[in-house]
Amino acid sequence: MNQSVAAHPETTDVERVFREVYGQAVATLVRVLGDITLAEDAVQDAFVVAIDRWRISGVPPNPAGWIVTTARNRAIDRFRRAARGQELHEQLAEVASTARSPSDDWQEGGPVSDDQLRLIFTCCHPALRTEHQVALTLQLLGGLRVEEVARSFLVSESAMAKRLVRAKYKIKAAKIPFRVPAEVDLPGRLRSVLSVVYLIYNTGADDPERASLRSEALRLARALVELMPEAPEAAGLLALLLLSESRIPARTAEGSLVLLRDQDRTKWDRRMIAEGHAIVRACIRRDRPGPFQLQAAIQAVHCDAESFEATDWPQIVALYNHLFSIMPTAVVALNRAIAIGETEGPSAALTALDAIAPDLDHYHLLHAARGTMLRRLGQREAAKAAFERAAHLATSEVDRRFLAQQIEELAKDGALRQPRSDGSSGPPNETSAR
Amino acid sequence: MSQYLLSTYVVEGQVPGAPSTPEEMQTFMKRVMALEAEMDASGTFVFGGALHGPDAATVVRAGTGDVVMTDGPFIESKEHIAGFYIINADDLDAALVWAGKVVEALNHPIEVRPFRATGRVKDSVPSGS
Repeated sequence: MNQSVAAHPETTDVERVFREVYGQAVATLVRVLGDITLAEDAVQDAFVVAIDRWRISGVPPNPAGWIVTTARNRAIDRFRRAARGQELHEQLAEVASTARSPSDDWQEGGPVSDDQLRLIFTCCHPALRTEHQVALTLQLLGGLRVEEVARSFLVSESAMAKRLVRAKYKIKAAKIPFRVPAEVDLPGRLRSVLSVVYLIYNTGADDPERASLRSEALRLARALVELMPEAPEAAGLLALLLLSESRIPARTAEGSLVLLRDQDRTKWDRRMIAEGHAIVRACIRRDRPGPFQLQAAIQAVHCDAESFEATDWPQIVALYNHLFSIMPTAVVALNRAIAIGETEGPSAALTALDAIAPDLDHYHLLHAARGTMLRRLGQREAAKAAFERAAHLATSEVDRRFLAQQIEELAKDGALRQPRSDGSSGPPNETSAR
Repeated sequence: MSQYLLSTYVVEGQVPGAPSTPEEMQTFMKRVMALEAEMDASGTFVFGGALHGPDAATVVRAGTGDVVMTDGPFIESKEHIAGFYIINADDLDAALVWAGKVVEALNHPIEVRPFRATGRVKDSVPSGS
């Protein structure tokens, strides 16, 4: 945080600091003021002051501390000016006494981190709907502006502003507390926090236009691991994100999806893979497996393989079996079926896929997987129908282009009259193995 | 300290998960009495009760000069409030712990809603800035 002190900072310096310290400052002010909107207003006031002050005197050595202190003083000023009635005076006294407390001074890795942890649990409270959890987390923890959050979720700025106002209203009206949940509730509540971060990552992974969400999710996951080093699932999520992110450079070529089978593995980010592998190994040593750790372990096996053929598929199927035993969802069963296609062949995979088809009839990846297995079995017409259904259901342009390509290749299979038993097309992009 | 309304609903005249045999009714009553005793002991219980059905409801409106009465509930709906508790709780998490206990005792879903204000209007100082 202590960057070199610039003598004449430009507005961009303030913007950079804004991104870096906004979340920390808001979290601390929420604790002091007990109110999200007041905290945000105070922090924004402080940044207005910063733009003028820092232009003359330079960015202070501890910008976050400066912002917190200034925001707190601004909040006290606001209370004084607005002070009418006993209640406000009492609030003012409370704020003033908290403000004088030396323990409130900002320290790196000190109370601010705990404040952010408290706030993320508030933002991801299960009494808030998921899209509100995501929006709040991005705004209050990620420091994204309303228009940035809106753009990320393809909604208008006014719709997103309304969504955020509603979520903050509920926090205040229903008195959702600002605190880390009690030990008994922690695993469940942490799961909802981790799911929000994973959802943010996947939203960024599905659309190149929203790529910044991926780095935001990684940053949040890293912060969670720092804040809760004893939570194995937080580590599992970070490893999962790192290993997924490591393959992003190889995942698309000329706007088209490149299957794991066909990816240029030299493009994978080795530094991220090394970090992800180290975390997975630590999780295995700790031996408290959970869904995120197991998904990370599956990705670790993929990243470990020098080629698609050299992948330890039996190990991947075993990990999916373990994952399914603790998270028996149809999507996990889908990914396991695709892996079974590599260990037992397309016929066994198809049987497994047909068993879950009723649950995932509206999910394009189910039909894409069926298409791939049918193609490998030489059932061209059925494969074509499956790919067409998948293309009809696909939501992203990249996926649609990929599926159109599959249908084209099927036509070529037909022209050559050589249905290949092993299939030249691999499993479709697994949701967790892109 | 805040107050929350924990309300239960009937759907098309049926209370989902309601006891159907005398034995079930007996264990149901036992569970609810134990819950209410726990609420009393911790100072949580403010008020509560079970309501008659919407057929017993009357809507009263101020007309043009006259007060007008209509037979039936305010909202024609498949769902109607069946009963409620009003509880004291420090915050939503505390209220949700009680909500969990109520759901377990009653065996059907409830809605938790915070009060914006409680008590007599004359006693309440307008809050907010």
